[in-house]
Amino acid sequence: MKSYVELSALQVGAAALLILVNAAISLALRLRLERSLLIASVRTILQLLLIGLVLQWVFRVEQIIIVVALLSIMTGIAGYTAFTRSAHAYTGMLLDTMVAVWASSWFVLAFAMFAVLQGSRSWHDPQYAIPLLGMILGNTLNGITLGLAGVLDGFRSGRDQIETLLTLGATRWEAARASIQKALTTAMTPIINSMMVVGIVSLPGMMTGQLLSGVEPMETVKYQIVIMFLIASATALGSVGVVLLAYRRLFNRHHQFRYDAIRRRDERRTRE
Amino acid sequence: MEVPLLEARGIGRQHREGTSWLLRDVSLAIRTGDRIALTGPTGSGKTVFLRSLAMLDAVDEGAVLWQAEPVVADEVPVYRSQGIYLTQRARLFDGTVEKNLQLPYSLAVHRHRHYSRDNIVSYLDHLGRDEQFLMLDSANLSGGETQIVALLRVIQLDPTILLLDEPTASLDEGTTQQIEELVSEWMSVVDSRRAFVWVTHDAAQADRVANRTLQLRDGQLIELESNP
Repeated sequence: MKSYVELSALQVGAAALLILVNAAISLALRLRLERSLLIASVRTILQLLLIGLVLQWVFRVEQIIIVVALLSIMTGIAGYTAFTRSAHAYTGMLLDTMVAVWASSWFVLAFAMFAVLQGSRSWHDPQYAIPLLGMILGNTLNGITLGLAGVLDGFRSGRDQIETLLTLGATRWEAARASIQKALTTAMTPIINSMMVVGIVSLPGMMTGQLLSGVEPMETVKYQIVIMFLIASATALGSVGVVLLAYRRLFNRHHQFRYDAIRRRDERRTRE
Repeated sequence: MEVPLLEARGIGRQHREGTSWLLRDVSLAIRTGDRIALTGPTGSGKTVFLRSLAMLDAVDEGAVLWQAEPVVADEVPVYRSQGIYLTQRARLFDGTVEKNLQLPYSLAVHRHRHYSRDNIVSYLDHLGRDEQFLMLDSANLSGGETQIVALLRVIQLDPTILLLDEPTASLDEGTTQQIEELVSEWMSVVDSRRAFVWVTHDAAQADRVANRTLQLRDGQLIELESNP
């Protein structure tokens, strides 16, 4: 006997009807959101069906190469997203962001698969690897984005301080340190905050999902604790990585600050 | 002939996009005892030149030599502790005046030295200020006071060369005079082994402070006057 209610297409359709409430509000208050709501609803259904089909296939064939390919696509999209979210950029930033996202998330995933989940069938068991990486990426993306934006902003607005220090004989590290520390603090704060309130303010998505599928609460809690630590360490590694890579690009070996190398993104790309 | 203290040899700096030159093929030998005034119209590249001398920016052509040798990457902070660039928008950090004066000693390159309040107080005496000045919050200083603190912060480190980028540009007459005196005093202590380059728009100031006057025009350096 299944421990959860299997949904029929009709039942899913019933939930979709709720969107009509949004549509009614939009019409009544003339918010002109009907079109966006329709598109958003269709996208929700299509995107989730699509990923459902992909996952079902990947779970069934269970080949290393396919699992690794899917993990790579997920990581690549996360890296690119982190890259596009910064208001400022420098040459080589896409590579730096990719390296930071890739190294931090895969290192933590490998640790989870080898050291924590020893009972799984293999290190590339898609049932664990894919959702774990998804959660790691989804949560560390924020930290990496904050770290990158913070350090570029710190370097730009702190230009006078940085150059004053350099003129007095500071090494590049001494000159950049204050901006780097500030950016990393900003990057780490959200995950620390969410660790502080997890389980009190809201139940995390993964735990909720496991509860819905009939897993014992204490089991879901154990998984959630593991996840929180994975996310925290990946956020730390990823944001330290991206910040240090940016520092290496913007301060050369001759202890020169390449302020001109930071350029403002044009509006269109920033909004994407 | 003795080796120049600091030498720019055919240096060039390109515009960021690499389409045009801000400065091209500029050479200058600075010897001990040189008091150089660098003049020239706005946008002629005086700041670019001075920053290149301080090795704050990479040059696209030519080389900057310190005592006839190129400075290797690791030694740049050591070089900058001896050839110090002072910008016209010198920056003080949060905290008191004294905290700002102590700041350089926290850097690795100055760590073997110690901050001396007595030394600073003797400078302040000359400026007609007392020890109380050290306790002021840097945020509450006037533009002139800020510039004086920035200059003291540099001079206390006993640099060999000062690269001064319009240090008195927006200051009143009295403060300008104090800055000129401070630099002159620093220069006269061991005149035989020090030098400065002073960027100024003011011809009268150039006459007062310098024994060599150079003009930068259209990226070319011209020696106007020299009376060592």
